[in-house]
Amino acid sequence: MSEGQGHKRNGRTPLPLGWNNPRVRSIVYQASVLAAVVAVVWFFATTAQENLQRLNISSGFGFLDNTAGFGIIQTLIPYSEQSSYGRAFLVGLINTLVVAVIGIVFATLLGFLIGVLRLSNNWLIAKLAAAYVEVMRNIPLLLHLFFWYFAVLRPLPGPSESLVPLPGVLLNNRGLILPAPVFEAGAVAFFVAFAVAVAASAFLVVWARRRQRATGRLFPAWRCAAALIVLLPAFAWFAGGAPFHLEFAVEGAFDYSGGMRLLPEFVALVLGLTLYTAAFIGEIVRAGIQSVGKGQREAAASLGLKEGTTLRLVIIPQALRLIIPPLTSQILNLTKNSSLAVAIAYPDLVAVFSGTVLNQTGQAIEVIAITMAVYLTLSLVTSLAMNWYNARIALKER
Amino acid sequence: MAMEDVTGRPSPKIGMRASPVVWARRNLFSSVGNTVLTLASLYLLWLAIPPVLDFTIFSAVWSGTTRDACLGPDKGACWPFIWANIGQFIYGRYPADEIWRVNVVFALGAVALVPALIPSAPAKRFNLIFLLIIYPLIALVLLAGDRPGLRPVPTSEWGGLLVTLVVALTGIVVSLPLGIVLALGRRSSMPAIRMLSVVFIEFWRGVPLITVLFMASVMLPLFLPEGMSPDNLLRCLVGVALFSSAYMAEVVRGGLQAIPAGQYEAARAVGLSYWRTMGLVVLPQALRHVIPGIVNTFIGLFKDTTLVLIVGIFDLLGQVRAQLSDPSWTVPQGALTAYVFAALVYWVFCFGMSQYSNFMERRLNTARER
Repeated sequence: MSEGQGHKRNGRTPLPLGWNNPRVRSIVYQASVLAAVVAVVWFFATTAQENLQRLNISSGFGFLDNTAGFGIIQTLIPYSEQSSYGRAFLVGLINTLVVAVIGIVFATLLGFLIGVLRLSNNWLIAKLAAAYVEVMRNIPLLLHLFFWYFAVLRPLPGPSESLVPLPGVLLNNRGLILPAPVFEAGAVAFFVAFAVAVAASAFLVVWARRRQRATGRLFPAWRCAAALIVLLPAFAWFAGGAPFHLEFAVEGAFDYSGGMRLLPEFVALVLGLTLYTAAFIGEIVRAGIQSVGKGQREAAASLGLKEGTTLRLVIIPQALRLIIPPLTSQILNLTKNSSLAVAIAYPDLVAVFSGTVLNQTGQAIEVIAITMAVYLTLSLVTSLAMNWYNARIALKER
Repeated sequence: MAMEDVTGRPSPKIGMRASPVVWARRNLFSSVGNTVLTLASLYLLWLAIPPVLDFTIFSAVWSGTTRDACLGPDKGACWPFIWANIGQFIYGRYPADEIWRVNVVFALGAVALVPALIPSAPAKRFNLIFLLIIYPLIALVLLAGDRPGLRPVPTSEWGGLLVTLVVALTGIVVSLPLGIVLALGRRSSMPAIRMLSVVFIEFWRGVPLITVLFMASVMLPLFLPEGMSPDNLLRCLVGVALFSSAYMAEVVRGGLQAIPAGQYEAARAVGLSYWRTMGLVVLPQALRHVIPGIVNTFIGLFKDTTLVLIVGIFDLLGQVRAQLSDPSWTVPQGALTAYVFAALVYWVFCFGMSQYSNFMERRLNTARER
């Protein structure tokens, strides 16, 4: 660093310890900033302690064991009003993770599609994709959520007049009802066969790549893997007597029963997060693909690579290098943005914990600290995972 | 999908001046795959456009003074609802006879902003100092009152677009200097300063804005002495400012990293101190590099201002939601009308800013190529 070079003075006698000595100055600056930070923290801590005593708010994390006493509309683990606050926290965390993971998958898929479509030769397709991006990313996410929840999903007709967009799929003001997959006893063999097929395929691909590197001989690994993944589970499925069926919702007196029901809050949140984030991912993907030089494509063509092979072996690996870092921050954004759930009453971590639990216990400091710690951890884990992946595909310079 | 779409070739421009038939053959029907795609998107447009136009224009109710005008079958958007509440959407519950103060603030802002945005306009330095330091102070005095001759207006009566702009503007005015300081701190050679900056930046970037706002509105009062409790809007402004300065710091850091080491060394060689090096040599170049990034941060901040409604502040979107629950205007299509209107307002602001950012980016690129 250029700033650090003042320290040395080319081996001459060291400067006297005065204000003109950069070392002394640096130590004084740092000590005073640290002292100021410590003073501010100390001030806040002592005032907080006084306030807590004055307002008779208990502190500590003991409240996590107390009975919650409120219901949650979507629980993926057993939960009742008799469960503890800690359990409610867990329910909220799982709901956040579910929405974030589903949103990330859909937004990434849609984003790649949009990014590729924007570069289409087809004028109409390219313009449509551009219009999508410009409309979606310039409207606040919260407005997206309000639009889907309050203006589209809530005014839908009741169960007796449900919309049926696809056979077996129902849409009404109580949510989206999908056929639920039901697995019978023999299904275990099916899943085992599937897992075995995936593992064998992975092994096959790695082996084929090694052999190609060593001997130059090609092996149709991908086709064999595809055949393996289709045929092995299919065999297990038929051998087990087709141990799987879809359970469709049945119309009852007031509402449908059975099937898999997705709450309107959940549907609105996933829709909003996906459509909004996909616009940003689309731009990232477009920039990544455009960054690959024309010469690369021409070189691939002159080597006789086909269009698809060029894309798979030349364009995408280079584009990914530019796509991954900003894609990571979009994925992190989506995870953090899932906290907007609180505005449409989807019971995510913020709604359940920073909302209801905080109101009931009044322990603002602990509750907000836990919530922030969770998001910081999620951010850290996601960026570590993506950094690891990024390091793997990064340019290996000699 | 036809494979050739993904290659990223710029769409052929030569056809633009050819006859429409030739152009269409080249750009819409160049292959079987493309023809299928074109027809599919035309079908999609045919499905989407007519209902939207019908709702917003043809079947929409344009005049009327009560909700009765909007009732009835096959009625589209209820625009009279918007006209009737437009004052609320812009000023919130700001007292009617004091609204001139808001208008003066808006007008002054526009007058100062327009020359600041035009690169060739004169007196840029004075203009920016006015916009970033003097104007916010004038706006504060005018809006809050609390000075002789001006009736104080508590922030609980502010609302609508006014609050949206106040939050966004405070965010940018505070986050720019704070972000610069943090970015310099993160690149400092002093370990304690660097560590503090990194922790500060990464903390605010790692948590969602909602939790920051919750912290500002619920937790902050616990950390302040008894009796000293700033109002809700001010607390949220603090949260928004800290939050956006962390993002601004990362943008500025990108600019600092783009400055070649030779610039630092040259400044040192002519004997400039650290602050003079930064202020006279490095920052002017670095900030110019990242104007698009700064504008993008501002767009994000502008959209994020909507989140203040969750802690009970009526910004534009919050005011729209509040007016929706007004029983004298309850109509079935009310929510859709109101959100389309709000989306349009936000879109105009954000799209305008992003176009400006694109314009600056092009300008910077051509300047660099020359």
